[in-house]
Amino acid sequence: METLAKAWQLLIEMDADLLAVIGLSLKVSGLAVLFALIMGAPVGAALAIWKFPGRQVLIVVFNSLMALPPVVVGLSVYLLLSRSGPLGSWGILFTPKAMIIAQTALIFPIIVALTREAVQPVFREYRGLLISLNASPVLVLRTVLWDARFGVVTALLAGFGRAIAEVGAVIIVGGNINGLTRVMTTTIALETSKGDLELAMALGIVLITLALTMNAMIYAISQIGRKYQEVRE
Amino acid sequence: MNTLTFDNVSVSRGGQVVLGPIDLRLQLNGITCLLGPNGAGKSVFLNLCHGMFSPDNGVVDWNGKSAISTRRDRSFMFQSAAVMRRSVQANVAFPLVAQKIAKAERLVRVGEALRFARLSDQAKQPAASLSGGEKQRMALARAWVTRPKVILLDEPAANLDPGSTRALETMLRDVANSSGVMIATHDLLQARRLADHVLVFVDGRLEINQSADAFFTKTHTGVVADYLDGRI
Amino acid sequence: MKVVALILTLLAGPMLAQDRTMILASTTSTQNSGLLDFILPQFEAVSGIHVYVVAVGTGQAMRIARNGDVDALLVHHRPSEDIFIMQGFGVGRVDVMVNDFVIVGPTADPAEIAVSTSAAQAFEQIMSSQNRFVSRGDISGTHLREMDIWHDAALLPSGRWYLEVGSGMGTALNLASGLNAYILTDRGTWLSFRNRGDLTILFEGGTGMRNPYGYIRANPAQFPHVKSDEAAALGDWLISVEGQAAIGAFRINDVQLFCPDALPTPDQSQDQHRTCAANALQR
Repeated sequence: METLAKAWQLLIEMDADLLAVIGLSLKVSGLAVLFALIMGAPVGAALAIWKFPGRQVLIVVFNSLMALPPVVVGLSVYLLLSRSGPLGSWGILFTPKAMIIAQTALIFPIIVALTREAVQPVFREYRGLLISLNASPVLVLRTVLWDARFGVVTALLAGFGRAIAEVGAVIIVGGNINGLTRVMTTTIALETSKGDLELAMALGIVLITLALTMNAMIYAISQIGRKYQEVRE
Repeated sequence: MNTLTFDNVSVSRGGQVVLGPIDLRLQLNGITCLLGPNGAGKSVFLNLCHGMFSPDNGVVDWNGKSAISTRRDRSFMFQSAAVMRRSVQANVAFPLVAQKIAKAERLVRVGEALRFARLSDQAKQPAASLSGGEKQRMALARAWVTRPKVILLDEPAANLDPGSTRALETMLRDVANSSGVMIATHDLLQARRLADHVLVFVDGRLEINQSADAFFTKTHTGVVADYLDGRI
Repeated sequence: MKVVALILTLLAGPMLAQDRTMILASTTSTQNSGLLDFILPQFEAVSGIHVYVVAVGTGQAMRIARNGDVDALLVHHRPSEDIFIMQGFGVGRVDVMVNDFVIVGPTADPAEIAVSTSAAQAFEQIMSSQNRFVSRGDISGTHLREMDIWHDAALLPSGRWYLEVGSGMGTALNLASGLNAYILTDRGTWLSFRNRGDLTILFEGGTGMRNPYGYIRANPAQFPHVKSDEAAALGDWLISVEGQAAIGAFRINDVQLFCPDALPTPDQSQDQHRTCAANALQR
């Protein structure tokens, strides 16, 4: 209880370093989810729309990758970006860019799988209409993605929630460098290891608040989405 | 003038012939009703007319061009029309978007179509909030908004109450002034009210192809009589 | 795509603003105690070089340095350091500072190690009494030292009492505090650790507990991309009078955590170390 009280006080004071850490968390995870969305949503929609050899396998693969441990993603991206790795010449290990890449890779399967789930029922309803209108593949993709937008936004928030709460990937590729790559989760890990439970808890409260906000938004969006979704008897 | 040609067309599903072989040359004027018991092939015939898929055998043409390559000349309205997760006006505008019609013209045409379907007041509502009859009227407005040469409808009033059916039929008669209309229906009374021409299918074969006046004023025999008397 | 490019540029902005930077792989003990946060700004003030610190165990620091991912190391396990340099990954090793290891454990001291005469004997008593002992198990400098002590005692620890956590000093200390277990820790981390519970220092002193830190630059011949000028500047500063004074001035609750160990004349160095070690023992 005492820890909690001190945590609140730290939050209310909100010094610049703490704000910078929270800001970097939001920036890294926000950009990661944006990139994952730009790449993942069309892939997810394509998996829902078109039949091609290996489609079932891909669906299973992406569903499984949703549960990929962040540490594994972090390690893979580390090996990729390390000076002795294939992309070592980029020289971006231990920078926010590396963290964004790692989190993008982490969330990509979530966006793909959840987008596919959101698009599938929409496409099933629209299929006849789209064929009858001779719609081009691009129009088909745009239409179902837009009309599954509430589900896609849910995917986006779920991806963001996973990204901002993970520590395994960003600590490996970011190095938890003070003032450069230190985010909320790595700070929590660090402060816990220092035995400074108040600061760790303060950031934990920020994370919980963010998680609550995310879920409230997911709920609100699904409520709005329901109005547009026909309930068939 | 819309001339539909079926040249030795047949469709099989799972080794079973479900339609044909059919040879047909039809000048589409006014409203043509497709009649027949469930599973007689009306729906398959209608899908072939729009070029939704290719027949296993034969060729389906409109004015000498294949049905598949001329889909944009026609509109197709499904029995359970897709209600897009958008506003009513966005639903009606969608075929125009697919045809890349400029926004200004789109607005004018959508406005017209909504007035025609008496849905102007609901234009901005989510389409899902409409009643069953309104949904079908919206779907008809969506089919009509592109000014197609032909509109094909599969059981458009199947789940509607009498009032909604009447409103839809009124719209259909107006549509028929500018476009050819082909309706698959199991409702003989509806056919009597609407049809200028009648095609009757039984067991995948085209049994009757004649004007509504001729069809409804004659005593039929054989499988057609069995169908009309409700024996099949 | 334009948007993406713009965002990446914005993102890169603050990183490019700092023109002279380098990456130092260091140990959690130097980072978590606050030493680096205390001395590195002083270095930046005179050199204009900003040092980014990746704090990991000595083993992992050397691992990522072997991949060429850092510009310099500040680590504490001499045998490993020698091998690292011998293999051609590092150059220019200098002694920087020293502190010491201590064994902490429950105040009641059921294994009675407070009266032990050596670290090896203390370990032996913990093992024979089967009291819980938390091991880092992460190939860090502290873990390697622990293994060295077990080696000195000619013992191979295993059993339900021996808990390998495979994580940093702080995490291991949190566990030890929760379980009221014995643990080997560096004094710096211990002094700055705030969740001690019932643990207290039970054994300290002796040559086996000396904990020297060395600074090594990544070998530019092996890794052409490393910031060798910056790394050399930091190395020079760490062993300069100013750098050594900065290390000596770092205190937590008036207690000096690290003793400078690189002063130019042997006599001074001896004196300095004796004073510092004496301080440590008097606590």
